[in-house]
Amino acid sequence: MNILVCISSVPDTTSKINFTENDSKFDENGIQFVINPYDEFGLTKAVMLKEQNGAKVTAIIVGESSVEPVIRKALAIGADQAVRINMKPLDSFSTAKEISNYVSENPFDLIIAGKESSDYNGGAVPGIIADMLNIPFVNACNGLEIEGNEVTLNREIDGGIEKIKASLPIIIGGQKGLVEESELRIPNMRGIMTARSKPLNIVEANNPMTMSKSIQFEKPAAKGECKMVSSDNIDQLVNMLQNEAKVI
Amino acid sequence: MSILVYAESWEGRFRKSTYEAASYANQLANDLDTDLIAVSFGNIDESELSKLGEYGVSKIFSYSNVTKSDNNNASILLAKHAEDSKAIIFANTFSAKMIAPRLSSKLKAGLLSNVISTILNTENFTFQRQSFSSKAIEKVSVSTEKVIITISPNAFEIKNSTTNCVITKNDANFENQFTVIGSETNTGKISLSEAEIVISAGRGLKGPENWGMIEELAELLNAATACSKPVSDIGWRPHSEHVGQTGKAVAPNLYIAVGISGAIQHLAGVNSSKVMVAINTDPEAAFFKAADYGVIGDAFDVVPKLIEEIKKIKN
Ligand SMILES: Cc1cc2nc3c(=O)[nH]c(=O)nc-3n(C[C@H](O)[C@H](O)[C@H](O)COP(=O)(O)OP(=O)(O)OC[C@H]3O[C@@H](n4cnc5c(N)ncnc54)[C@H](O)[C@@H]3O)c2cc1C
Ligand SMILES: Nc1ncnc2c1ncn2[C@@H]1O[C@H](COP(=O)(O)O)[C@@H](O)[C@H]1O
Repeated sequence: MNILVCISSVPDTTSKINFTENDSKFDENGIQFVINPYDEFGLTKAVMLKEQNGAKVTAIIVGESSVEPVIRKALAIGADQAVRINMKPLDSFSTAKEISNYVSENPFDLIIAGKESSDYNGGAVPGIIADMLNIPFVNACNGLEIEGNEVTLNREIDGGIEKIKASLPIIIGGQKGLVEESELRIPNMRGIMTARSKPLNIVEANNPMTMSKSIQFEKPAAKGECKMVSSDNIDQLVNMLQNEAKVI
Repeated sequence: MSILVYAESWEGRFRKSTYEAASYANQLANDLDTDLIAVSFGNIDESELSKLGEYGVSKIFSYSNVTKSDNNNASILLAKHAEDSKAIIFANTFSAKMIAPRLSSKLKAGLLSNVISTILNTENFTFQRQSFSSKAIEKVSVSTEKVIITISPNAFEIKNSTTNCVITKNDANFENQFTVIGSETNTGKISLSEAEIVISAGRGLKGPENWGMIEELAELLNAATACSKPVSDIGWRPHSEHVGQTGKAVAPNLYIAVGISGAIQHLAGVNSSKVMVAINTDPEAAFFKAADYGVIGDAFDVVPKLIEEIKKIKN
């Protein structure tokens, strides 16, 4: 089985977010980039499927050379090979188009992406890929089992889960539950060493059209002072929530 | 020309987020001086369908034999009805997040998710959206002829605007790309993404056996319950309750955080809440810097008191 894992490179979750060039761009200065947390669940799942049933795991990233440490980390965690499509990802559509072009030429049985990137939160790339490749798509996927050509999946719905059956090939947007937090793989020394000799193919982009463009960023308005209430006066708190904030 | 809203239903009913999307779409239809039409999937009564007329929808196309999880067929049908539409509006639900990207590909229309503003510029479809897990507000413009928008929950008011609504019922016969074989839902509970009040608790609660008071408080306030990431990781609470940067983003009117330290990743997913209350034993807890109201105290003392005081005002 051939598995493709889509990896997006995002700022570490502890990053303070700042903007530059008149607030028109995200300021990457001093930012540590990591594998998108949702993609870590998918990558670990792919490696576990490989261990169980045998599979070849390819990690793919659309990005400039600066994202290579992130895709190398995917190799260290257990992907067999990596592909970098050499393009700065400008919007979901062009990113998805590049990935689906690649898959059209190099078919996969299972494509695992994340439910969203934790930076721009587009939540769009896997769904667009699904449509371009005309294959089934399950988002917010929190359970996946494969038997032969048959896939059983769980997806999160409001207040519950839905169970779905489909056949390969399929693309999912994954999240926690695909594997548990405690099962996440961290690169060990051997992984890091072998990652260096694993193939990382660089593919030139076709630079498809973009559909949307970021113009400006701002930060949400700063909060006022926190009003402290003594634990002996909870009636006061309730009064303020009712009459001042008017939320209960 | 028209604006198209996807009218999502759950078990035969429209819920709050559908009315938010319809109200938002109606505003956009007014701004662009055009009509509002809707598409709905799943089995739903005519009386329920006609409710959309109260929010400005003049035509509704209902497909009773299409399920909303079947995102390919849903997007084919939406694309058909959107031929003449400038904008297609979704509430940001789990199903919408599967359908909207497919529609974006089919219509070659730019997709903006988590939108929190009305249209800022009609020439090039400029809107504001939440980005960087609500650490930033991003102004984005779309260059395509049509735009697809998913709106953030609880960001827009539901507004009445009564119109004569014509209902058309259709059947669609497509091949499905997958089969839904079942679902498990805890009906009766308020859904976290739609709740106006969320009571959330963290590791400060010490163990799963102590969540009774959190649930009691939630029930009194008609609120949903949530938790911090470690709490769901250890299995004290289900994953579906995990809020924050790597969990759900929520934006209720009131968010009460009990025994949660206020880590940056937690705040990222909750700080769009209109009012936040922190209850924590540690006066230095980071949550007090983000909250509107704070109580320094032991959850096991404060929460029962809070329950008593709320009971008083509810009676
Ligand atoms: C990649 C990554 C992603 C993450 N994503 C998320 C996310 O999405 N959501 C999230 O929540 N976290 C996330 N985290 C974890 C985050 O950094 C914090 O570790 C977590 O939010 C802390 O949870 P907590 O506040 O429940 O626990 P703690 O940090 O242990 O805090 C417990 C708090 O309870 C207080 N307390 C103790 N006893 C009492 C009592 N009796 N009464 C009242 N208060 C009491 C303490 O003073 C303390 O402030 C992420 C971390 C990483 C590395
Ligand atoms: N630049 C990228 N390269 C590879 N995969 C990506 C890229 N951007 C997004 N993805 C994948 O698409 C998922 C959803 O991202 P997004 O639509 O950007 O929120 C991510 O979790 C990744 O799996």
